[in-house]
Amino acid sequence: MNLENPKKLRPIIEQARLVAENVFRPISRKYDTAEHAYPKELDMLAALLDGMNEGGARASANHLSQDDGSASPAPKSGASTKNGGNLTGVLGMMELCWGDVGLALTIPRQGLGNAAVSAVGTPEQKARFGKSWVAMAITEPSAGSDSAAIRATARLDGEDWVLNGEKIFVTAGERADAVVVWATLDASLGRAAIKSFLVPKGAPGMKVVRLEKKLGIRASDTATLVFEDCRIPKENILGSPEIDTKKSFAGVMKTFDNTRPIVAAMAIGVARAALDRTREILSRGTSALAREERPLGSATAADAELHRLEAELEAARLLTMRAAWMADNGIPNSLEASMAKAKAGRVANEITLRCVELCGTVGYAEGELLEKWARDSKILDIFEGTQQIQMLIVARRLLGKSSAELR
Amino acid sequence: MAAATTPSRKSSTFERVARGPLRLLTHFGGAEFAEKLGLRGPATKILYHSAKTGMRAATVAASAISSTSRLLREPSRLKATPPSALFDPTPNEEQTMIRDTMRRFADEVLRPAAYAADEAVKAPEEIFEQSHGLVVAQLVIPEAFGGMAEVRSHVSGALIAEQLARGDMGLAVAILAPLGVVNAIVDWGTAEQQERYLPRFAGEAFLPAALALIEPRPLFDPMQPRTGAVRTKDGGWALHGEKSLVPLAESASLFAIVADVRGRGPRVFLVEKNTPGLTIEPERAMGLRAAGLGRLRLDSVHVSSSALLGGDDGEFDIGTLVDRARIAWGAMAVGTCQAVIDYVIPYCNERQAFGEPVSNRQSVAFLIADMAIEIDGMRLLVHRAASLAETGAKVGREASLARTQCAAKGMKIGSDGVQLLGGHGFVKEHPVERWYRDLRAIAVMEGALSV
Repeated sequence: MNLENPKKLRPIIEQARLVAENVFRPISRKYDTAEHAYPKELDMLAALLDGMNEGGARASANHLSQDDGSASPAPKSGASTKNGGNLTGVLGMMELCWGDVGLALTIPRQGLGNAAVSAVGTPEQKARFGKSWVAMAITEPSAGSDSAAIRATARLDGEDWVLNGEKIFVTAGERADAVVVWATLDASLGRAAIKSFLVPKGAPGMKVVRLEKKLGIRASDTATLVFEDCRIPKENILGSPEIDTKKSFAGVMKTFDNTRPIVAAMAIGVARAALDRTREILSRGTSALAREERPLGSATAADAELHRLEAELEAARLLTMRAAWMADNGIPNSLEASMAKAKAGRVANEITLRCVELCGTVGYAEGELLEKWARDSKILDIFEGTQQIQMLIVARRLLGKSSAELR
Repeated sequence: MAAATTPSRKSSTFERVARGPLRLLTHFGGAEFAEKLGLRGPATKILYHSAKTGMRAATVAASAISSTSRLLREPSRLKATPPSALFDPTPNEEQTMIRDTMRRFADEVLRPAAYAADEAVKAPEEIFEQSHGLVVAQLVIPEAFGGMAEVRSHVSGALIAEQLARGDMGLAVAILAPLGVVNAIVDWGTAEQQERYLPRFAGEAFLPAALALIEPRPLFDPMQPRTGAVRTKDGGWALHGEKSLVPLAESASLFAIVADVRGRGPRVFLVEKNTPGLTIEPERAMGLRAAGLGRLRLDSVHVSSSALLGGDDGEFDIGTLVDRARIAWGAMAVGTCQAVIDYVIPYCNERQAFGEPVSNRQSVAFLIADMAIEIDGMRLLVHRAASLAETGAKVGREASLARTQCAAKGMKIGSDGVQLLGGHGFVKEHPVERWYRDLRAIAVMEGALSV
């Protein structure tokens, strides 16, 4: 048993931290203010990441990539445990989001669609889209968490799929090279008929109609896409075109087992940033903060609160690492991924908001990033499955209930 | 002395080390209750394994003892385990075996005894014999003194505490109380103190003993006890003060009492029960009633210089002692919370209201989902502190975070457990009211136990 960050990943963590500190933080406020402006500084970062990948260096910050990086020398202890791409991904993401969540979300070629392609794509699809920036389009104006209720349609016409419908809240929807679009082959068949399709940018009939103005993560663009008889080649379907009532939807949902721990990691990163900064600010005004080992009863209210928040964050962090570790070791982790996402999402929101409160006007004013982090964190308890959806998933599993019984 | 006694010393050490576990195997093999529970298989394996490593260690030890009798002067300390290179949240094979053995013992012996022990404010005698038969103490006592331990095993300690507390927290405290003393002697005792006490703990009978740290006042800081120790003219010590909620208080034959030595900070004194000036009275509390809690009053308790753990120049770190207690209490919270969720799931699935199981409602189901999420988080925090401690690292921060989380979330789970049963949760027909009372202890107790 070992719950520390593994030694072999320390250089990667360190690099991600350097990026966070030296690339993200200096431009963090700039792109929060200049919403919809493309952070061109990130092109250089993307090129750097590509270079590192091509150089064969596993020690890259290419955290969301499919490569599992587990080909390390066998551990001496004889343990067969693996620390691969999923654990690397979450640990790297924690650091990047300590820098800036919005910017981490808009690093070229690191979209959630990339995760989908690597999770369920064919080798041919991986080859075609592996180097692209792939966004993910699920939500519709009248179907959010209830992704089985989506109305966008796909129909086979000769050698093409023809898509129709509207997708909202597409992260990097304008900037990405392609979008994974969820659509139904037959709305009367429910979940099983929902499939995902790779739509390259500029496909005929696809339009970006709007960019949202948001509470937080403003550096990341959020687009509304409309598909009007949008044609894509037949081979752009992700997974099988068969409608199998037993597994189809589960297959689509499987992507979440890998992406939810990543979003949990984002939450942990931004919460860590807020706690670190709050400690710095508070220790300026008072004498050094009391040692953490002291009983909370005799600590100052601020110390006790920081300690409590620290414990919450630590629980969320370990839950997230566990979920990623399970994925690396081929252990089914839907339950644990949801637990991590539920805990990290709400804890990060609470921590960032409490940190603003603890720092008073200093925390609330734009002179610090604390108020921005408190805005950024909210989305992390919403996208990739809201808090409430995660709780439903966890509760159904524990209680052995179907989605009809526990609604 | 050395030249004359070395040969016999050598052979007796060898015999004790090699035969200790084997003797226990015989002892354990004869325990009827183990047979009945089907515990013999796993426990025998533990013993076999330790007998084997004990043999190996004995060979090494025997060859290492040359012309000196350094064993007489050097205390035995447990070695740290080198940190693993990879992240791995699961227990290893041996830890899993220990955990599963304790789980069955908790399910089949502790849980059925819990109600009566709570009412009687006392643990039944046979519980001690039975738990002792599971070689709990031997897992932390070095081989040189009849135990099986070579390396630090805080993870096993946390797993044991969790499982026992899943059976019943009060009984778990009673069973584990002597380990608080044992661990302190192993970590900081002189060779003489180890020689004097450890074989008794590793012996065939359960030796009741307890660590006394907490004092009866609000905002108590375990790093700054007010119980004091003053040097006497004869070179011994006089102890003054008061200790509260000491487990096994009335039955313990030995106490490890934490007292402040002026100018040198807190130290531990080994005080036997009949020492003049020491008065003991029962101190009942909201929960943990099976633990036999009591208050110790020390009014000029005179002890010799050999009672100071580690001796005059010995090392002692109150922080480490507190950390290990926090890990233990955190693990107990995890165990009792697991008992709560395991109880409320079938209850809420069966309990009907408005024509369907109450668990079909999100307000009920989400409380249970929350329990599961928090329990897993608590357990991971406890395991992180325990596994890091095994490497010999300081774990002040990790142990403190584990305790904070386990105290807060543990109490919420205890409270939600009663809530989910409604009025039925409030009456003693169901164990949730006891778990509610026991879980309040986590934020209050410091010391008393350790892993």
